[in-house]
Amino acid sequence: MNLIRDLVNGIWKENPIFRIVLGMCSTLAITTQAQNAIGMGAAVTFVLICSNVLISSMRKLIPSKVRLAAFIVIVATFVTIVDLVMAAFFFKLHRALGIFIPLIVVNCIILGRAEAFASKNPVLNSLMDGIGMGVGYTLALLIVGSIRELLGSGSLFGLSVFGPGYIPFLVAILPPGAFIALGLLLGLMNKINQRLAL
Amino acid sequence: MRDILEMIIVLSTICVMAAISLAKVYDLTKEPIASQRRLARLQMINGVLAPHDNEPDQSAVQIPLDTNDGKNRSVLVYRGFQNGKLTGVAFEMTALGYGGQIGVMIGLDPDGTIRGIEITSMNETPGLGAKITEPQFKEQFQGRSLVNARFKVKKDGGDFDQIAGATISPRAVVQAVREGLELYRKHKEAIVR
Repeated sequence: MNLIRDLVNGIWKENPIFRIVLGMCSTLAITTQAQNAIGMGAAVTFVLICSNVLISSMRKLIPSKVRLAAFIVIVATFVTIVDLVMAAFFFKLHRALGIFIPLIVVNCIILGRAEAFASKNPVLNSLMDGIGMGVGYTLALLIVGSIRELLGSGSLFGLSVFGPGYIPFLVAILPPGAFIALGLLLGLMNKINQRLAL
Repeated sequence: MRDILEMIIVLSTICVMAAISLAKVYDLTKEPIASQRRLARLQMINGVLAPHDNEPDQSAVQIPLDTNDGKNRSVLVYRGFQNGKLTGVAFEMTALGYGGQIGVMIGLDPDGTIRGIEITSMNETPGLGAKITEPQFKEQFQGRSLVNARFKVKKDGGDFDQIAGATISPRAVVQAVREGLELYRKHKEAIVR
């Protein structure tokens, strides 16, 4: 029962993007296309799951004074693995995401979950938390990315939706569009949550 | 004392494990990454080069660039051959655009006429400057050479269309192509030999 709670937690109640509002840098930067969102989401989910599980299984061995250093080394290792594997087998995606893959190291979501959850909970719960947070992050990116691509390029996953006659709403894929889209979505989420709480 | 020792041991062990696993992954991905890079490069080259039966990156020549900053730079000129006869050359030039360097792969016939261009790297504004990657823009270079065209955008009195709302990016591309053509003219002997 607890496991399911930990899994669902990251998707809605503590969604890293919409509720905790962490990891904004990559969120704002790469959501120009739905496809980028999936790639980035997969990379972050992989790192989250691996680091959560490893840190949780070592939580009794790591002295608390050096825990942050230990966490960062572990996270950085997994991020570098993702970076290399993506460059080797998903070359196009790797080019599109560019610097934001190595930057996952400093993504607050990962270290935040390591510190707030994995270092205090059993392995299985940490695994569930990693999956939930990863899926929540990916879904959030996908929503923002789809909206921006649809408005800004008239397409979804690179496929034209509105046809060639559509005049793109360019602001949507420029940096301000990221802030506007994210702001409106955050407001909407807050509104829904208020309704649910009543 | 004991906990200091513990910290050192734990952190060192973690770092050693990290180093070992990274070395392993690096080793496994080294080859695929190199071949992916080469493939992407060859795709660019083949897109602008005349039909050929060799591997252009295996028969490339290095040509020194004229630089005014005292540094030695050179450009790799890829050559395409068909039945041992030179059918065309391709090389990459760069120019400063609106969002940083723009890389342009230029394909020429042996006489210096443009066969095609391809944008290899750019970071221009989506929807505006980024339109330099669209066929409509790139195709206007086909069949042009230093003899039959003025290599400036129309705004500057040349023959090439700028893009509405973005003059800097097309200007950079046109400049890169012009410099490429001049480079080819200057070093033709060394390239076609």
